[in-house]
Amino acid sequence: MPETKPTETTMSETMTGAEMVIRALTDQGVDTLFGYPGGAVLPIYDAMYQQNFVHHVLVRHEQGAVHAAEGYSRSSGKVGCVLVTSGPGATNAVTGLTDALLDSIPIVCITGQVPTHLIGSDAFQECDTVGITRSCTKHNYLVKKIEDLPRVLHEAFYVATHGRPGPVVVDIPKDIQFASGIYKGPENSAHKSYQPRVDGDMAKIAAAVELMRSAKRPVFYTGGGVINAGPKASAALKELARLTGFPVTSTLMGLGAYPANDPQWLGMLGMHGTYEANMAMHGCDVMINIGARFDDRITGRLDGFSPNSAKIHVDIDPSSINKNVHIDIGIVGDAGHVLEAMLKLWKDKAKGAKPGLDAWWKQIDQWRARKSLSFKTSPNVIKPQQVVQRLYALTRGRDTYITTEVGQHQMWAAQHFHFDEPNRWMTSGGLGTMGYGLPAAIGVQMAHPNALVVDIAGEASILMNMQEMSTAAQYRLPVKVCILNNGYMGMVRQWQELLHGGRYSESYTAALPDFVKLAEAYHGKGIRCDDPDKLDAALLEMIEHPGPVILDCIVSAEENCFPMIPSGKAHNEMILPDTAEDIGSVIDAKGKMLV
Amino acid sequence: MKSHYNDPTGPQIVERRTLCVLVDNEPGVLARIAGLFSGRGYNIESLTVTETEHESHLSRLTVITSGTPAVIEQIKAQLERLVPVHRVIDLTMTGQSIERELALVKVAGSGEHRMEALRLAAAFGARTVDATLSSFVFELTGTSDDVERFIKLMAAIGLVEVSRTGVAAIARGAEGM
Ligand SMILES: Cc1ncc(C[n+]2csc(CCOP(=O)(O)OP(=O)(O)O)c2C)c(N)n1
Ligand SMILES: [Mg+2]
Repeated sequence: MPETKPTETTMSETMTGAEMVIRALTDQGVDTLFGYPGGAVLPIYDAMYQQNFVHHVLVRHEQGAVHAAEGYSRSSGKVGCVLVTSGPGATNAVTGLTDALLDSIPIVCITGQVPTHLIGSDAFQECDTVGITRSCTKHNYLVKKIEDLPRVLHEAFYVATHGRPGPVVVDIPKDIQFASGIYKGPENSAHKSYQPRVDGDMAKIAAAVELMRSAKRPVFYTGGGVINAGPKASAALKELARLTGFPVTSTLMGLGAYPANDPQWLGMLGMHGTYEANMAMHGCDVMINIGARFDDRITGRLDGFSPNSAKIHVDIDPSSINKNVHIDIGIVGDAGHVLEAMLKLWKDKAKGAKPGLDAWWKQIDQWRARKSLSFKTSPNVIKPQQVVQRLYALTRGRDTYITTEVGQHQMWAAQHFHFDEPNRWMTSGGLGTMGYGLPAAIGVQMAHPNALVVDIAGEASILMNMQEMSTAAQYRLPVKVCILNNGYMGMVRQWQELLHGGRYSESYTAALPDFVKLAEAYHGKGIRCDDPDKLDAALLEMIEHPGPVILDCIVSAEENCFPMIPSGKAHNEMILPDTAEDIGSVIDAKGKMLV
Repeated sequence: MKSHYNDPTGPQIVERRTLCVLVDNEPGVLARIAGLFSGRGYNIESLTVTETEHESHLSRLTVITSGTPAVIEQIKAQLERLVPVHRVIDLTMTGQSIERELALVKVAGSGEHRMEALRLAAAFGARTVDATLSSFVFELTGTSDDVERFIKLMAAIGLVEVSRTGVAAIARGAEGM
């Protein structure tokens, strides 16, 4: 485990490029690095071997390294760091990098490269890493001179964390790793021209607060930007909501920024969001979007999206404003800064008084009464929603972090596990990457060694990065994998039922492995449960076991995930669980074209 | 039929814009910008780039693009998001600007066609930069429209080939970018 950092005074020393990498990581406060060695990074692995500051976690696939770094970052607020070799090491990392780009996770990924004189010669394990990763990183660098290396390393951290966060690749040829040069520390590492704006325009913030004061049917629509802005932003959101009395909904990425146990919380919005959240979005007169991006999973049909509202949008990325939806007041800035400024203005002007929102809340309560997340339990078979509900109930009072894979189970986790704090929920939102959850859980567990970390998984997704169980075993990381095993790629099956006449083409996985034996093969504990009466006992056995566990929960095979806004429909055209008959006829031809 | 993406068939006015982009002159910066346009499906009608401030390692790009006003705003915002991009100026919107491109035009022919080619070149203010007994190469600097008209006329006489630089542009007046 990391020792204390070297003193900050020894800042200009001669060392090799490989030593500079380790030193720069140390100076940036990095104590955990997820990686996999290979020929083009051997000098860096050698430098790492001779120090005790940076702790390396050996994953089993480079995709897993990036997802682990994402889980580490999102649960701790720190930068996630990755080290991989050239060629296949770099290409294996591409899915993880794209995932981090779409979900705005700060990652620094160091890749080895063939020596500079061989670049372009199709050398062994050469690939054009900066070319391949140009469109799946926020920025990338190929370092061709040792003199540039210290600056580039520190700049990579600056770029990853300033403005809208994202992944940065630093590609380092092997000869540069061997070359020696003068190391410079991280001071003055700000990029000379890349200086994103964090404080919102005060005139616009004032106009936004004026609009909010006049609102009769307001709603806060918040996203991952609030989480990225740090715990202070979540606290400011909470206080502003409390003062204004406005209802709050959030995207999948934003869950936890506003406490789910609060009466003003409407639940998640969007394609599988609650009825009350989507109807509030549809019927509001003032929408306050903080750090979300009007993604198509959220808006549904654009020309039917919240037709009668004035829209305020706070985002650190100017390109998000007016991209998909016309905005009345666009404020470029950090969610935390702008929320605090709004809070101050609201206190000054409104003197804390809430405007008359009674009629709006009455309407919302009527929507809530539809109980859009309800489902029927059965004495014979476990319902997948039930597993999440029971897991939630049985983990109260524990220090719990949840990751997910991608599919129906992910949506059920978002709907039925409730988050009261930020940084507790790790999921692949923008890219929807099956195989994210287990490596992400490993990253979370590295950041929070004593916490309970559960990957809510599907039986298909978990097989995509199953090999990371071996990482969990090696580092004695007690991650729990809770599989909602419906035997199907359930989300695919659901869409085939809705859109393709129930022709379940290739969405059934025959010959699934025996997950109990698989867990045991990976030195973990395996549990199987298919009896609703034994579910609690199985979940408790998983929770209480001190090592890694796979719990294979056999759940009903053909459960659909509701509520749902079908493709091509607007928020007020949701399918609710109690009206979900003949859903195939609801979606028109154009809707079927959409994803 | 309604879809949940923007309706591309609706009434939309496509405009042509000239953007100046100041960037760090570092490897890959052109690929980054070209990749942004192709990856997001934006149009490039013309793109020119060269280092313009040697000491500060700055290059200046002139991009001519077209799109609806909303798309143009996205293009500018997306360009500004790139880490090596310093500034993006919409020359079409900021007032009067000058746009020029250079064309090298090779014409072959004999007799009266040669005479006509020389007369037209003189009328357009083109310079003759190469001549053989059966051909000329003319150099013409002007707006894209001038160049188009010149090439069209030469086509009737004996156009062999054309090489064009694409547009460089700058705002009128004392102010710099
Ligand atoms: C890497 C990847 N490939 C394909 C998909 C498309 N896809 C989305 S959900 C899904 C099925 C997931 O099945 P499972 O993990 O069993 O989850 P369930 O929906 O059954 O809960 C698929 C194939 C994806 N999201 N990611
Ligand atoms: Mg499944």
